Amino acid sequence: MAWGFRFLLPLTMAAGLAPAAMAEILGDPARGAEVFARDCKQCHMVGEGAKNRIGPQLNGVYGRRAASVDGFTYSKSMTRMGNDGLTWTIETLDAYLENPRALVSATRMSYRGLADLQARHDLMAYLRDYSDKPQNIPEAEPTAIRSAPELPPEILSIKGDAEYGEYLSSECSTCHQKDGSDAGIPSITNWPEEDFVAAMHAYKAKLRPHPVMQMMAGRLSAEEIAALAAFYAKIGE
Amino acid sequence: MTINRRLFIGTLASATAALSAPMVFGQTRPRVVVVGGGAGGATVARYMAKDSDGALDITLIEPSRTYYTCFFSNLYLGGFRTYESLGHSYGKLAAEYAINVVHDMAIGVDRDAKTVTLASGSVVPYDKLVLSPGIDFVEESVPGWSVSAQNAMPHAYKGGSQTQLLQAQIAAMPEGGTFAMVAPPNPYRCPPGPYERISMVANYLKANNPTAKILVLDPKEKFSKQGLFEEGWNKHYSGMITRIGPDMGGAVIEARPDTMEIIVDGEAEKVDVCNVIPAQRAGQIATIAGVTNDGGWAPVHADSMLSKADENIYVLGDSSAQGDMPKSGFSANSQAKVAANHIRGALTGSRVFPAKYSNTCWSLIAAEDGVKVGASYEPTPEKIASVESFISQTGEDAALRKTTYEESLGWYEGITTDMFG
Repeated sequence: MAWGFRFLLPLTMAAGLAPAAMAEILGDPARGAEVFARDCKQCHMVGEGAKNRIGPQLNGVYGRRAASVDGFTYSKSMTRMGNDGLTWTIETLDAYLENPRALVSATRMSYRGLADLQARHDLMAYLRDYSDKPQNIPEAEPTAIRSAPELPPEILSIKGDAEYGEYLSSECSTCHQKDGSDAGIPSITNWPEEDFVAAMHAYKAKLRPHPVMQMMAGRLSAEEIAALAAFYAKIGE
Repeated sequence: MTINRRLFIGTLASATAALSAPMVFGQTRPRVVVVGGGAGGATVARYMAKDSDGALDITLIEPSRTYYTCFFSNLYLGGFRTYESLGHSYGKLAAEYAINVVHDMAIGVDRDAKTVTLASGSVVPYDKLVLSPGIDFVEESVPGWSVSAQNAMPHAYKGGSQTQLLQAQIAAMPEGGTFAMVAPPNPYRCPPGPYERISMVANYLKANNPTAKILVLDPKEKFSKQGLFEEGWNKHYSGMITRIGPDMGGAVIEARPDTMEIIVDGEAEKVDVCNVIPAQRAGQIATIAGVTNDGGWAPVHADSMLSKADENIYVLGDSSAQGDMPKSGFSANSQAKVAANHIRGALTGSRVFPAKYSNTCWSLIAAEDGVKVGASYEPTPEKIASVESFISQTGEDAALRKTTYEESLGWYEGITTDMFG
């Protein structure tokens, strides 16, 4: 079961994304085990006899549809992402570990995220040892990675034009109700600006799976995303 | 009362400025008149009112007191919604947004005097006019059928009582009877609509009259979401639905409402219910206003929805000839926001932002089996052009289809709130 090897994460540019800082990063499963013990073990089990606890058991996570472990009750948000097609690959898992709420807005996982890229890849190397489908050729799905939407400081520091955001929001409100109703379609009202920006860039990079949102976010500039975030952050204030 | 007073004052405004003195807002507010209270008209009125802080005098002219949406009316035919759930009142637009809602029919536009004449005889002046009258039917497009035959052979393609009539006729079909649809030629409102309707009628019949048959006579070779619908029909309604395309005579038909027959390729078919959806054109008031082209639609500028024929008239939704966007409630709602921003800019000097448009059409094939198609659009010098599009895939799993259906319910709540407040 335990493969006990280091694996190389190559950077494939198939999707034409902007290159991130990393070129190739070694994930060390031994160091990953330490990260797991420190950050994950309180809620998750992995390995022989792992059961669902506060969080779902993590055997075979690679290649698995999100929210698909039998017997575990997921958040509405995670269930919806799973239905929309979110599958755990190194790429999506990396985004989730880095900032859980940027990928799955209302996930129940109360984990702030792991900013350290190396630590994430160590953890993913560790988890992969317990996957039924490790597919040990690093370039192959589901372990191939392309650059995660690392948002450079110049994007994160854009100050949103809330008035423009209000105009742009008229396109959102055809589906998303400003009063925060979330039947069938999630609420986007009163989100922290940085979460909003991260989520929209995750759609823009097609990390989040929903086709309507990929299309909507795909044609918004970083300034327009910041404008929307500025507007939605302060609705009702 | 307010309505009458404003109309009265409006009518006489140019001659008797003194009358404006008692009015709270005075006579100087620019006047925008919106004809048609659907997805285009209600939305543009609400957005102008919401964003202009009382700076505009907005009148919405719509004959119906309760608006029954055409979108989702198929779900009522399928048994998934009540008729009442499709109805929306204009109460909030009047009370909370101070829109002057006038339940009357616009029957004339004087572009030189900049006035709209109503069926009641009132004359309403405007600085900017928005026409969002939906569709009307091309006469003689289905030989033998005319609007006077719509009780025998309903179109049920404008929402409201026609939808109820069609539902009652389907419910009264004899066991093993035949439901026929005459599908429209392009372009028409809601491209997947006729085929979602077929799905919903099939869903109803499967439960209530399982030996009944459905016959679709279609002048088009291809139709929207065809692969998805045909997959669904095979899966859920195997053997029930027959579609006759133009290669088999589906384009050359004649309706005989008196005998409930359709002549297909020279042969008479006796049917029990016949839903005739004729060829379409812009709502009549757009033609009366003289802003339509030879094809019967109103050309508009892609960056503003402003009519190409008159710089003070905007045309929204189904009636407009704008380019690549389908005629849908979602499109009209999207276009309305661009127009509202443009009108406010022209009349109050507020910021005008670049036009962005989008559309998504959800269709229900069977219980919890929803699909969607959509695209984003941007203005080019020639037209509103498609930028990116997506469509549901055949073979999707049940969980995704259920999520898509639930999403459509969320969208219905969203867009109707966006229209009516």
